[in-house]
Parts: sequence; structure tokens; C-alpha cells
Amino acid sequence: MSFWIAQFLTGLASAASLFLVASGLSIIFGVTRVVNFAHGAFYMIGAYVAWSLTERLAGAFGWWGGVLLAAAAVAALGALAEILVLRRIYQAPELFQLLATFGLTLIAADLVVMLWGPDELVGRRAPGLTGSIALFDQMIPAWDLFLIVLGPVALGLLWLLFNRTRFGVLVRAATQDREMAAALGVNEKWLFTGVFALGVFLAALAGALQLPRESVNHHMDLRIIVDAFVVVVIGGLGSITGAFIAALLVAQLNAFGILLFPKISLVIIFLVMAAVLAVRPWGLLGRPDVAQRPPAATSARPWRPLGAAGRLAMAALALAAMALPFISGEYLVIAATETLIFAILAVSLHMLLSVAGVASFGHAAFFGLGAYGVALAVKGLGLGMGAALALAPLAGLVGAGLFALAAARLSGVYLAMLTLAFAQILWSIAFQWVEVTGGDNGVLGLWPTGFAAQPAGFYWLTLGVAVLVIGASRVIMFSPFGYGLRGVRDEARRAASIGVRPGLMRWCAFAIAGTGAAVAGALFAFLKGSVFPDTLAIPVSVDSLAMVLLGGVQTTLGPLVGAVAYKALSIWLLSQTQWSKLALGLVILAVVLAFPRGLVGVVNQWRDRWAKRPPGSGEHP
Amino acid sequence: MSAPPLLTATGLARAWGGVRAVDDVSFSVAAGEIVALIGPNGAGKSTCFNLINGQLQPDAGRVLLSGRDITGAGPARAFRAGVGRTFQIAATFASMTVRENVQTALAAGRGQIMRPWGAGRNVARDDAMRLLALSGMAAQAERPAAELAYGDVKRLELAIALAGAPRLLLMDEPTAGMAPADRADLMRTAVAVARKQNIGVLFTEHDMDAVFAHADRILVLDRGRLIASGAPADVRDNAAVRAAYLGDGVLFAATSGPHPGDPKSS
Amino acid sequence: MKFRKTMALAFAALALSGPAATAGEAQLSGEVRIGELNSYSTLPSFTEPYRKGWSLAVEEINATGGVNGKKLTVISRDDGGKPAEALTVANELLSREKADMLVGAFFSNVGLALSDFAKQKKIVYLAAEPLTDAMVWSNGNPYTFRLRASNYMQARMLAEEAAKLPAKRWAVIAPNYEYGQSAVAVFKKLLSEKRPDIEWVAEQWPPQGKIDAGPVAQAIAAAKPDAILNVMFGPDLVKLVREGNARGLFRDRAVVSFLTGEPEYLDPLKDEAPVGWIVTGYPWYDIKTPEHAAFLKAYQARFNDYPRLGSIIGYSAMHAAAAMLRKAGSTDADKLIEAGRGLSLTTPFGPITFRPADHQSTMGAFVGVTGVRDGKGVMMNPAYRKGEDYLPSEAEAAKMRPAGN
Repeated sequence: MSFWIAQFLTGLASAASLFLVASGLSIIFGVTRVVNFAHGAFYMIGAYVAWSLTERLAGAFGWWGGVLLAAAAVAALGALAEILVLRRIYQAPELFQLLATFGLTLIAADLVVMLWGPDELVGRRAPGLTGSIALFDQMIPAWDLFLIVLGPVALGLLWLLFNRTRFGVLVRAATQDREMAAALGVNEKWLFTGVFALGVFLAALAGALQLPRESVNHHMDLRIIVDAFVVVVIGGLGSITGAFIAALLVAQLNAFGILLFPKISLVIIFLVMAAVLAVRPWGLLGRPDVAQRPPAATSARPWRPLGAAGRLAMAALALAAMALPFISGEYLVIAATETLIFAILAVSLHMLLSVAGVASFGHAAFFGLGAYGVALAVKGLGLGMGAALALAPLAGLVGAGLFALAAARLSGVYLAMLTLAFAQILWSIAFQWVEVTGGDNGVLGLWPTGFAAQPAGFYWLTLGVAVLVIGASRVIMFSPFGYGLRGVRDEARRAASIGVRPGLMRWCAFAIAGTGAAVAGALFAFLKGSVFPDTLAIPVSVDSLAMVLLGGVQTTLGPLVGAVAYKALSIWLLSQTQWSKLALGLVILAVVLAFPRGLVGVVNQWRDRWAKRPPGSGEHP
Repeated sequence: MSAPPLLTATGLARAWGGVRAVDDVSFSVAAGEIVALIGPNGAGKSTCFNLINGQLQPDAGRVLLSGRDITGAGPARAFRAGVGRTFQIAATFASMTVRENVQTALAAGRGQIMRPWGAGRNVARDDAMRLLALSGMAAQAERPAAELAYGDVKRLELAIALAGAPRLLLMDEPTAGMAPADRADLMRTAVAVARKQNIGVLFTEHDMDAVFAHADRILVLDRGRLIASGAPADVRDNAAVRAAYLGDGVLFAATSGPHPGDPKSS
Repeated sequence: MKFRKTMALAFAALALSGPAATAGEAQLSGEVRIGELNSYSTLPSFTEPYRKGWSLAVEEINATGGVNGKKLTVISRDDGGKPAEALTVANELLSREKADMLVGAFFSNVGLALSDFAKQKKIVYLAAEPLTDAMVWSNGNPYTFRLRASNYMQARMLAEEAAKLPAKRWAVIAPNYEYGQSAVAVFKKLLSEKRPDIEWVAEQWPPQGKIDAGPVAQAIAAAKPDAILNVMFGPDLVKLVREGNARGLFRDRAVVSFLTGEPEYLDPLKDEAPVGWIVTGYPWYDIKTPEHAAFLKAYQARFNDYPRLGSIIGYSAMHAAAAMLRKAGSTDADKLIEAGRGLSLTTPFGPITFRPADHQSTMGAFVGVTGVRDGKGVMMNPAYRKGEDYLPSEAEAAKMRPAGN
């Protein structure tokens, strides 16, 4: 019995820090609608700054003062980031802010190593709370007891802030209805800055309060961010009480789950989320209206298929691309092959994100299914390269089809998070089920054969597939079906009332996008000659999202341009510097600030402005 | 046995929490008949609409279209059965041109919407132009829908709703938010098309000028119940109707300003 | 507007300058080129000392005339910590930088990907850090050599110590991925062979990098084991040690722990370092051999820092690569393989040999007991275990490799 109580208390303590991070994220999302990917970075910086301060400041006051000072300092940093970056792009398409915060995360990851060095840092523990207390003959760390008290206290303080202060009332008004808040005469700019700073403060405080529990290191950001998102989604976006309950639920299920299933930790949080969303599509305490927002991709500029000149240019581009192996070395050919593969991936995500208006944070799932499909076809079924390449996309089709069936009731960020959960569960299987997948050690020896064994041959194969996939995606985009998809995206009610079934259309979009991503994954497996769980991991999802957003989510050629720019840049940076993340982050920020509609979006904007003609009149036969 | 009326609603009921938004409502609409559904804010008009449209499942009651049961069938199936509709807050496809909006609806109506090849912008061009001409939008066919003035958006909606060759047209506050001159124009257009093509129309409206000018028959809802039904002149003189509208402050005086929506029942 | 245009131009320039700026062919004559890649951005705490180690070795090699009369040049790259990115980099090293051989990698999966790549491209790859047994056995190939004492070797060293303990009830805490799983499997098998009387009473498999240490420690303690096998490392280890200490998990219990004696993992813990754990590691402060003393002096003089295990590996790897090139007298892959088989050299850990049968070096590891000295974690009474004593015979090893390799 005493053991169960101790385990319960331990779960409570784990919940507290999870809640602090998640509540900050929830507040920021609720008001600004920014999916703040940098939240984990602020958490990490909070821990680093607190480490520096508590190492220098003496005594109990020094320690606690250091922790609070660190949180306040990082909150100021957050406010600065909001003013310098986010404030300029609130009007940009939804999710574009995600790209900006992703850039901030990349920058932070390298900066902390530059500033604090590569070694993990173990900080001092809180004075007076270093020991343990025997409760029911179990030793409970005093720090845990502090955290157990802190959780509800933080919840109470936040409740008071939001219900008993003018700031809080304004924030709640803005969470429910931005236009209404603006009509109330609220200075939206500073309200947003204040809310962002508050959210960052909570994240940094949570990070600082990790000092007594764990070492400070440069992996903390990514370790916490996904969990924080999942907790926010389980609780319901914008609901602080929901985040509290969700944090408790996740922490307790983990504390007791590992007793029955010692290997469950990695997936439990995603299983909880999937289960909660199956019953409550808007999280425990979330409200439907918070999730219903116009999709990112809706553009006031009607899409046009390429005219004769445009098609000629694309054909010329493809021909020029064919010549690459004759004029460049092998490395450039291989790098170009990889870029093309990611262009296919980006185009497939574009079909989902831009054409159908369905955000996905887990596109890696389908990419990885294609890659593992190749591994299975070659190693398991003994098939050759051609057959494997033909069959592997089916894995993506089946995976996407099943997922879309299961997720039919969800929309918006909730659906996006469920795609993330799907990808993470697949990743966990690939990572942990060593007997079947080889686990972390992957599946080796999947090299292309025949004419494709040479890099140039494989490049041409990839180029051919890419032209096919990109061509097919454009045919689909401008077909009646493509119009149906966009109709559902622009106005699902209207689409339904003219006989277009939104559920079916979205399912088809998933199936198409999943197949396309799996084609890319299958090619990737042969390019690398191996498959690792990395193909299913979050960075692939984030990269593909970044490519589409970078190119311009409201455009038709955006994914192509975005993929080429992003991938070529990251490959090049990897070969140039150890600080490639910092450089890539800076470039992303620069692009985000300079071209809030993406690379192709800005070209369209210029073209419209300079042509000085109504955009609809540029008709092509 | 005579042919059943175009639309028959019997005993429709739907409650939100404890509130009966629609309570035992029965009525019918004949082909080519223009019927107005009116009532004070919160009377249950939009809920009633969504029940007929199939968007909502009623707690009780049935909806028959030409004798065929479409109760809670969902908007897409209701559409295929012959129900077209416009929305209170106009809903068009913002990323398309005006013509493409109508073409999308035509493609859906002709079962081509799942076809992933062929140019969508070449589908039924002529028919699209004909519908746009009907609703007075032909001149703006190539403009982006997102750039239209609100009155034109409503016209476009009408064209979209007609694209499915509906037998029953549901119009939720068709003139809400429009300039006065536009309103009369739009209603005239809609009614003319309906009469010509023998389409039954059920519409809700705050603008009583429009109601009394065009409706063949008026249904009055109050707190979810049908309190009156009949020719405009009869309804105008109905005591219960007058009482219901007193609280709303909108007694049958002709009102000309734009009306806010009906948030509780939308 | 002006700002935007400037940005557009800057971006375009950046995109265009990429290939042009780096496409230049390297100066090939008069030098031997080693392509080196490691997880510098992902795991700097291990790879920064590693970089210092090989830099020192390169300086020494070139100061004494280089290799085969040519200067030894190392082209070093970050591998991004991921197999796929490592392969991109390896391609660059090979086809653009014209590397004569590849050296490096920390993560097992990166190492395996590179080893398969080396086989495909027929280039010699010296794996420095990766521990996985698959590298030289189940996925072994002629082009791959491995320097460091492998997972199996360290498990065997630790199992030997564990067998001497009176403990009968054992519990396991290990990261749930290939490394943790195979370390535990080998350790269990070897210990159970020596001590049929022991039983395994509890296992916890937290995700690597994300241990929820409180519940894990509590769950292990509840099984009341006599001894614990730990395979967690890095930030997970710090959390486990803190929670375990606070909850009395390690009190009156023997703990056997992989890698914990390496300065990379032990030093951050400072005075909170665990006491009395049986560990493998690198007690640089207590190694009195002349080979190590010379290395230590040179390293400290050059970098004004003490060496970590990564320093030893980097230093030894580069010397091993040079020795292989010297013995081969050529950069031809087949000649390098011939030279590598049975190659002997002296490292700071003493003499090592690359076994002809499986290309595994006989570099050993130090086994000791952790303690705290002057507020710092140290390994007490460390003893060097020679690698050859903890490897299966070459005949057995050869059987574990794929046919024809």
C-alpha cells in the first residue's frame, strides 16, 4: 500500500513541471493562436540561466532569487522575440508563425552550446529541500513534495490572474473572440506581448525548477516540447485547468503504467491523447469554437494552372535537371537526389496542408512507412528494387487510409496533433521493437541495383519519379476533385450543401498525401541504402512543414521551391559548419520576416503588383 | 393517392441542453411555392433549417422530400435528393473565381467531383455562365470570389445553390447584411428563378418587406413552436404573432437597416 | 520594401554561392586525406574532447614526417547525429573531398550506416566510438574496423565483477533501444552462465533521454533487489542518480553500471557522484603507465584541459589510421584492409591489435569502483582489462560474421 501512495506522490510531482510548461503554451496559443514551437527552447534557456545565477548567488535567497530572476529574464527575452519577430507576422497564414518559432528553436539550440559549453551542467539543489522525508516508510524527496504543492498553487494563481485582474479578463476575452477584444478597445499588440511573456515565464520557470532534478543540457528543448503540446491538446487548447488535469493524467498513467509495462513510457502520452481525442475531439476541457479557424491555405488569389510559357519553363527545367550528372561531381548529384526526394515529400504534404487545408505535424509517419516498406519488401520478401519501389508506397496508402478513418472526427490543430501521435507511435515501434525492425540500428544493405546502382542512374530515376509525382499532384490540384478539396477547405458547410462530402474528400487527401510521402520514403531508403527510425521521427515532419511554409502555403509551386531552397541549404550548411542549426535558423527567420507569404508567395505578390491587373484576368487557355 | 407535397416536415423537435429550440413543428412546401419562415431572434429558425437540410438529427419527427425520407441524412445526401441552400453568413469558396465556384457546384451535382483528372475550370463552363447570368453575376465571372462585395457574394451563393438543379431551395436570411436596393433585387431574382423552374423555396428573413412582397405563405415560429401559418394577410392580423413580435420590438413595420444575425439559433 | 528586396537578393546569393564556393577540387598531390565525421553538434560533450584528441594525433603524425612521405590532412565534418545525414556527409567526403579513408562516428546507428556505406563504396572505415556488436559481427564487413571496446567486451568485464558479488536478486534499468537491449542481453547471459543461482526480479526500460526517474527508481526499489544493473547514461544518469539517492534506491545495494566511470558522464555529477558502483570508464588521474603519462602531458600542454575518454579514442583512432596507411604504403582499399588485419600499435591504453578475423581492436577498458574525492566523482582502484581477454576467439567471431565477409 505504502508503495502505491509513494508512486502516486511521485506522479504528482512529475505532473507539476509538465503543467507549468503546458499552461504557458496553452495561454500563448489561446490568445495569439501561435503554435509556439520555441516553448521548449525557452524552457531550456530558463534552466541554463538559472544554473548560471544559482551558481553565483549565495544562500537560500540566492537560489530562489536566481530561479525567479532567470524566469523573469527569459520572459523578457520572450517578449523581445515576440516584438521583433512574431508581431510582424501575425497576419501571415496560420502555421507560418510555427516556422518562425522553429527558427528560434534552431538558433537557441546552438547558442546555448556556444554560451554554456558542450558539457551537461548539474546545478545546485534547492537549499533546505535536498533531503528526503520518510512517508509510510517510503523515502520521498523533499523537492517532490514542494512540486506537489507548487502545481495546484500555480493553477490557483493563474486562476486568480485570469478571473480577478483586468489583464486576465482581457486575455480571456481575446481567447474567446479576438475581434471582440479588439472592439473593446484593447491594445492588442501589447496584450499579445504580455501574454507571450507570461507563457515564456512559465516555461522558463519550469525549466529553472528542473535544476534540482536533472542536468541542464542542450537536448532539453526538444525533449519537453512534444510532451507539452500533447498535454495542451489532451486538456483542450486554451484551457489551463484542462492542461492541469491532462498533466496529472499523463504523469499518473506513466507512474503506474511502467509497473505493468516497463517499456510503455515512450508511447503512453500519445496513447492517452489518442484515447481522449477519440472520445472528446476537442480535448478534455476544450471548446469546439477554439479549434474552428479558417485554414491557413485559403488564399484570395485564385490558383491558376501554368500557362503555355510556364509549362515550357517547367519542361526546360526538368531537361536541364537531367543534364546535371554530366556537368557536376557525384556529391552534387547525390545531394540533388536527396533534394528531389524531399521535394516529393513537400509536394505530398502540400496536397494535404494547402489543397485540402488539413494541417499535419506527423507527415514523417507516411515517409517512414514508405522507407520501412522498402526494407520489408527487400529484406522480408526478397524483392528487387523495382518491385520494392512499386509496393512500398502502398504502405503509406494503407497507413494514411487507416489513420484518416480513425481521425475522421477531428480537425484543426487537434487533427495535426493526432498525426504527430500516429508518427510517434510508429517511431516508437520502429525504435523499440528491435527483433523486427532492427531498432535504432536500422535495416542495412538496401542499395539500388542495375542502372540505378550508380548515383547518376538513381538520380535520373528519382528525377523521373519526381516529375511524375509533381505532375500528378498538379493534375489533381486542378481537376474537379482538386476543386472539391479546395471547396471543403474554403467552406466545408458550403461544400457539403452542394453534395461534396468533406469527410470523404479529406480521407482521399490523406490517402494521396500518404502515398506520395511513402514514394519519397521509398526512394530515400534506396538513396541511403538503409532505413532507420529517424525516417519516422519528428524532424522529418518539421522539415517537410518548414519546406511547404517556406515556399508559401497559399501557392501551388511553393512546396517545390521551398523544398529545394530548404534542403539544398541544410545540406550545404551541414558541410560548411558545425553550427548549421544556428545558420539555418537565422536564414529561416530572415525569410519569415522578409517574405511572410513564403518564397513563391512573395513572387506572386510582386507579380500582381507590377502587372497591375486584376489577378483573375490572367487567363490561360 | 395524390402526389405528396415537395417538402413535408412532421413533428420536428430538437432540444439544446434543456432548451427546446424546435418543438413539434409540422409544415409542408409545395413545388413552386415560396414560403417564408419568420420569428423573433432565438425562435429556432436556423435550427429548423438545419433539421430540414439534414445537418442536424432531430430528436423526433421526420423530413420527407417528395415522400422520400431525408431525416438527418446529412447535407450531401439532402443535396442529392434535391435540396439546395444558401447560408445566413454567406459561404463561398474564397480561393476560386466566381465562375469556378459555380463550376465546382456543377461538378458535384453531376457526379464529377471525385474525378482527379481533367481541368476543373473547363467543367460545364456554359452552364456556369448561364447560372451566373441568371443571378446577375455574369460580368464578374472571372473575379476572385474573395474580392466580391457582400451583395455579390450573396448572388454568387444563389448561383451555387441553383447549380445542383434543386427542387427545394432553402435560403437562410438571403438578404442579411445587404444594402436595401440590393435586397429587393436579390429577392426578385431568386423568386423569379424559382417560379420559372418550379422550385419550392423556404426562406427565413428579418426584412418584412421582402417577406410580404414575395412569400406565398408565411410560417411563424416562436420559442420553437409554430404559432401561425397562412397567407401573408392572415398572418399579419394574427394576434399571437403580434404578441410574439412585441417582445422583439420589430412589429411588422418595414425595416430597412441591416439586421444582425441570430446568434443563438445559428 | 527595400529591406525585403535586400533579403531576397541576399537569399538568392546564398543559394547560388553554395555549389560554386565548394565545388573546387582539392589539392590532392602530396597529401593523404582522411575524411572524419562525428556528432559534433548533437553530442559535443563527447565529441569535442574527441576532436582535440585526433587533432593532437595529426599534429604528432605530421611533425614526424606524415604518412608515407606525405602530409596527413583530415577533413572533419559534423554528421548531424543521424545516419541519413551522416551518409550525405560521407558522400561529400568521398566524392568531393576525395578522402582516402573514413574515420569517426559516435552513435551505433551512424556507425552501422557508415560501415554499410563503406562496403558499398569499397572504402575503408575505421569506426571510433560506436559500441554495437553488430558492427564487427552480425553486420561485419571487410571494409570496417572498430577501435573501441565493444558492448560485448564491456558487458563481459562487468559480468565478471558481478559474478563475484553475493547478490542473488538482480534488477535492470536500461534505455529502451538497441544499445540498452543488447547490453542487458549479453550481461544477463554471461552472468547467468557464471551464476545459475541468481534471479532477475525487475526491469525498467525508460526511453533514452526521457527517463521519468522518480517512478522508475520507486518501481525498482519495490522489487527489493540485491543488485542493480544500470545502462542509462548522460542526462538520464544524472536524473536516476539524484532520484535514486533521494529515495534510498542505492543504499545497501550493489550497482553495476556501463560507462559511468567515463569523465563525460561522471564529472557533471560532482560531489553527487554515486559511491561504490562497479563501472567501466577512464580514470585518467590514476593511470600510471608511461604510454598514458606521455599522452596526458602532451594533451594538457596542448589544450590546457584534462582528457576525457573521447580524447583517448580520437587520439588513438587517428594514430591507428596512420599506422594502417603506413603499413599499407598506399591508399588502396584492399591494401589498407590487408594492413589493417593484424595491425598492432601502441595507444595510451597500451598495445592493441586489430584482429584479422573480425577487425575488432583489442583495446580494453578500465573497470573500477566509483567514489568521491575532493568533491569530484572518481573511479577508485581502477584496473585495465585487456580487450583480448574479453572477446570470443577469432574462430567464433568469424562464424558470427555474414558469409563471405
